[in-house]
Amino acid sequence: MFFAAGVLFGYAGWLPASVTESDASTYALYLLMLLVGISIGADSRSLLIIKQQGARLLLLPAATIAGTFAGVLPVALLMNTVSAAEGIAVGAGFGYYSLSSIIITQMHSESLGVIALLSNIIREITTLLLAPLLVIWFGRLAPVASAGATSMDTTLPIITTASGKEFAIIALFHGIVLTILVPPLVTFIMTFAV
Amino acid sequence: MKYRTADNRTMIEILVLMFGGMLAGYLLRHRRRLIRFLEKLIIWSIFLLLFFLGVAIGRDPVIMAGLPSLGLSALLLSTAGVLGSVLLALVIWKVYFSRR
Repeated sequence: MFFAAGVLFGYAGWLPASVTESDASTYALYLLMLLVGISIGADSRSLLIIKQQGARLLLLPAATIAGTFAGVLPVALLMNTVSAAEGIAVGAGFGYYSLSSIIITQMHSESLGVIALLSNIIREITTLLLAPLLVIWFGRLAPVASAGATSMDTTLPIITTASGKEFAIIALFHGIVLTILVPPLVTFIMTFAV
Repeated sequence: MKYRTADNRTMIEILVLMFGGMLAGYLLRHRRRLIRFLEKLIIWSIFLLLFFLGVAIGRDPVIMAGLPSLGLSALLLSTAGVLGSVLLALVIWKVYFSRR
C-alpha cells in the first residue's frame, strides 16, 4: 500500500527531488536494523525454543535456505534480467519482503529492489493460497518451507490449518531463524552482486 | 538496470547494528512498554522506506516502463525458490518425520 502510494507520488512528481536523493533513507535503514535487532533480542521465544529443541530443529530452516538457493540459481542463470548473485539475493528474502527489498535497494539498485519486493510478496501469497495443495504434493513440512521467514507470523495460521497444530512450534522456530538470517544473508550476497 | 555500488562498509554497518541491537534488546527485554513502542516504530519506518522506494520507482520512467518485466522476473524467482524449498522439505518429511 505504502509502496503503491509512493509510486503514485513519484510518478506525479508531488515530492521535491531532495527527498529521495539524500542519504536520509540510508540512515533510516540503519535505524531500522538497530530496531529489528532490539526486537529480536527482546523476544523471549527465540531463546526459549532454542533451549528446548536444540540443533535438530535447524534442519528445516537449513533445508529451506539450501532448497531456495538451489531452485533460484539455475533459473537466475537462464534469465537475462538478473545475474546469479542478484537472483540469489532476491531469493534470500525468504518472503521477508519489506526488509530484503529495502536492503537491496540501498546496496544495489531500485530495480532489483522492486524485483525483491514483488518476488517476496509473491512467495507469501503463494504460501497463503497454496498451503493445502503443498501439503498434498510435498508433505506437511512444505507450507513451512514455502512460507520462509513469514512462517512465524503472517502465514502461521494457514500452516497450522493445512499441516496441523503440531507444526506450530516448528513453523515458529523456522520463521524466527530465517527472519534473523535474512539481513546478514542478503547483505552478504549483495557484496557479490556489484 | 541502474547500478549503485554495493560496498562492504554498508554490510558491516548493517550487521553491527543488528547484532548490537539484539544484545541491547536482550538487556531491555523486561521493559515491555519500551519494546512495544520500538516495534511500532519498526512498522512505521518500514512503511516510510517502502514509500520512498515507491517514490524513487514512480519518478524513474525507465523503471516504470520496465515494471511488467520486473514483475515477471519476480514471479520466476519466487516460483523457483518455493519449488526448490518444498522439494527439500519433502525429502526431510520422508526421511525424518513420516516414519513415526
